[in-house]
Amino acid sequence: MAKKIKFQTLDEVTIRFAGDSGDGMQLSGGRFTQTSAIVGNDLSTLPDFPAEIRAPAGSLAGVSSFQIHFSSKEIHTPGEKPDVLVAMNPAALKVHLKELIPGGILILNKNAFTPKNLKLAGYESDPTEDASLDDYYSVHYIEMSKLVTNACEGMDLPSKTIERTKNLCALGVLFWMYDRPLEPTIDWLNQKFKSKPEIIDANTRALHAGYNYGETAEITTRYVVEKASLPAGKYRNINGTLASCLGILTAAEKSQLNIAFAGYPITPASNLLHTLSNWKNFGIKTFQAEDEIAGIGVALGASYGGSLGITASSGPGIALKGEFIGLAVMTELPLVIINVQRGGPSTGLPTKTEQSDLLQALYGRNGEAPVAVIAPATPGDCYFATYEACRIAVKYMTPVMVLSDGYLVNGSEPWLIPNPDDLKDFIVKFEKENTSGEKFLPYKRDKKTLARGWAIPGTKGLEHRIGGIEKQNITGNVNYEPDNHQEMTDTRYQKIQNIVDEIDPTSIYGKKKGDLLILSWGSTHGACKSATEQLVKEKYSVGHVSVQWINPLPPDLKKILKNYKKVLIPEVNSGQFRKIIRSEFLIDAVGFNEVKGRPLNPSSIVDKAKELISE
Amino acid sequence: MSDKPIFKKSDFESDQAVRWCPGCGDYAILAQTQKVFPEITTKKEDVVFISGIGCSSRFPYYMDTFGFHTIHGRAPTIASGLKVANPDLSVWIVTGDGDGFSIGGNHIIHLMRRNIDLNIMLFNNRIYGLTKGQYSPTSEQGKVTYSTPMGSLDHPFNPSKLVLGAEAGFVAKTIDRELKHLQEMIKRANAYNGASFIEIYQNCNIFNDGAFSELTDKETKSEKLLRLQDGEPMIFGPTDNKGIYLDGTNPKVVDIGKKYSVDDILVHNEKDEFIADMLSNFTSNDVFPEPIGVLYCKERATYDGLMEEQMKEAQKKDKSKKTLHDLLNAGDTWEVK
Repeated sequence: MAKKIKFQTLDEVTIRFAGDSGDGMQLSGGRFTQTSAIVGNDLSTLPDFPAEIRAPAGSLAGVSSFQIHFSSKEIHTPGEKPDVLVAMNPAALKVHLKELIPGGILILNKNAFTPKNLKLAGYESDPTEDASLDDYYSVHYIEMSKLVTNACEGMDLPSKTIERTKNLCALGVLFWMYDRPLEPTIDWLNQKFKSKPEIIDANTRALHAGYNYGETAEITTRYVVEKASLPAGKYRNINGTLASCLGILTAAEKSQLNIAFAGYPITPASNLLHTLSNWKNFGIKTFQAEDEIAGIGVALGASYGGSLGITASSGPGIALKGEFIGLAVMTELPLVIINVQRGGPSTGLPTKTEQSDLLQALYGRNGEAPVAVIAPATPGDCYFATYEACRIAVKYMTPVMVLSDGYLVNGSEPWLIPNPDDLKDFIVKFEKENTSGEKFLPYKRDKKTLARGWAIPGTKGLEHRIGGIEKQNITGNVNYEPDNHQEMTDTRYQKIQNIVDEIDPTSIYGKKKGDLLILSWGSTHGACKSATEQLVKEKYSVGHVSVQWINPLPPDLKKILKNYKKVLIPEVNSGQFRKIIRSEFLIDAVGFNEVKGRPLNPSSIVDKAKELISE
Repeated sequence: MSDKPIFKKSDFESDQAVRWCPGCGDYAILAQTQKVFPEITTKKEDVVFISGIGCSSRFPYYMDTFGFHTIHGRAPTIASGLKVANPDLSVWIVTGDGDGFSIGGNHIIHLMRRNIDLNIMLFNNRIYGLTKGQYSPTSEQGKVTYSTPMGSLDHPFNPSKLVLGAEAGFVAKTIDRELKHLQEMIKRANAYNGASFIEIYQNCNIFNDGAFSELTDKETKSEKLLRLQDGEPMIFGPTDNKGIYLDGTNPKVVDIGKKYSVDDILVHNEKDEFIADMLSNFTSNDVFPEPIGVLYCKERATYDGLMEEQMKEAQKKDKSKKTLHDLLNAGDTWEVK
């Protein structure tokens, strides 16, 4: 007898896939994301994995998760508490159950609830046996290991290999539940395991096994999340790492500059090095240096030689690069430094996100050493911010720091594929051969930008010396005179301030004037925008501004700040941007600060905003 | 370089006043460098001197070439990046024992193993000069300095031995007072395709005067200096009366004449890494003379050369001829109408 199935339409759903590091949860999440993108949902994702590569199997430390928030509306965050939790073992259940919403859907791999795994997770008794979960959640106890074993019966594969396909089984169940097609995943399997047909077969069988389980089991509700009405155009799904790398490649193509990327392995920035290393066919040179200092030194040396030098790291590595950033400031050479921020201080939380390197970016050097700082707001915005960083570094002959973070590089969103022609022109002018017989003046400046010329070795008649010792303006000779140092310090400051000419007018979401401005920078953009949407819907007089340029700040920000009674600055740090805003504009900005290794929740910002407005 | 010189020594002298202490060994090194460069280059614009921090690191300011006075210990990184950007340049690193072997030690060893085609001139005066007289990583143990009033406790590095351990392909030693020899070593380093390392013993007459006097004083130097020549026996002494004899695997200093003839003396072979290792152990060894000249010279692939090859190969292999547009539009895409 066919069971009766009810279809329920939802605006948005948050699913969290959780399991052991070896359970393939990032893959399940990634495939669900890709499929949701193809069916046209708006979405946002948050992978969360342990710093240990392979913590003991079944342990709490080894739990890895992937959260996806998908919707028929525009969304800006990876969601707060999940509506659905997939727990592939007791440890995953233990770690994540407390976040599942009351009444939420819980999908368990029943076969993983063995005495050994229960003990590892610290369970005294088996929660899947005592019905305690059923009081609070809609639980599906699925024998995934058994399902895949049966599905792969007769195949000549080790049982361990077959067992490993259970992540596809879990995915199949969810595809059934949320009415999504299997084809994109099957196509992907065919592509990925081209040379291993038996692996394709096993995984495809596991996927179908999960899907068919939905068809036949006692699940009676399926959910429909319609397409989102996004702006028209061609889309793809993108994470911040790839977006930044594409920004670099776009800079290379538009400027016709050679790119030299030098870095040292560090979480969560290494993927930039990996991605760019595959693009040698585009003329991008990559260099894995012996340490962080060498990474930036090689990049700066390449810039000196007429390539655009780029380095990437995370907080601890940026700390080591500080002296070289100062040298780049002094020698006025282009340089792009991508800081993928993670939890600090020291080694901190290598795989978790944080925004706590802002003051390091602005001030973390000896002397008066101003550096341009730009912060992407979303994974897709990493493309634009990185391109702009490259362009400004060359135009103003200055180091530019891109303040990305762990959430941006690993998180993903649907991305309206840009046309590079729409980006600002990227013009490069090297100093030309000097056959005049007159002495070349390396610190002669462009009147408008104050940038000095880019005079690269190999160009006749431009022989000159630069270095970290204070330079005489114009001639570039070593100079210790008091007035010259004052002039050069002022000039270096002013040069960075001149970048305001490059900043587009600030856009304001929500009320242009009113009770409260929510001001964000970097990756808190999404949570702040969602919070503002909610507040506006509830008729609060609230606006949201997200700044991309932090040094210099947008020139219209001062005026905007004056249009609100109060200013709230949510940050994943203890109030670093608030400090800047308070000191720059002498306003009593209030913070909402949390450092828990994850993005902020919009609801907490909403609560804080309401509290402020009602004060 | 076979081209006729088009430059004179003065073409390599910058307009900046030289500011080392009077009597400093650096003057001699600078003069020999300026003297030899017209012989080794016809394209001044391709020459770049890169230094770190310290007395020796002021060197680039005095050469009328491209120059970059970087930060303490890090010249190898800038130089590496420069060669990555433009492999055609003639890049020279000038460093000291503190700069190159204390704060910058890590970069030096990796530079050597990568074998980037550039030249390193180490001015080894076995002291910190610019910070006014602390012991350096090449100072002898027990050195009494401002920071070690009771004598230094740490055992020194032997730079040439260290870089050989780091897989250097060209290692030479010379002395600031050996003008012609110094010029010769610069030429040899320039001719080597790869990372060439010249250790130059340099006298700091303010803080470590006489550190190498045994090797420079007329009375002692013939007794203490072993001038290496490829393919020639290792002979030294006032009347060429001594030589290095290999007894099994052990080198020995022997008198030539009675028991040993010149034919018994070990012949230098620059391409032999075992000989190079052995010679590097003669330094600061009471039994052996100090070898100067090319200890080791054997070419192998350079990092910058391999990188260029890999770049070309990647472009050749790229059958799909993907464009930026293709990459932007890669993966699953969908249209929103």
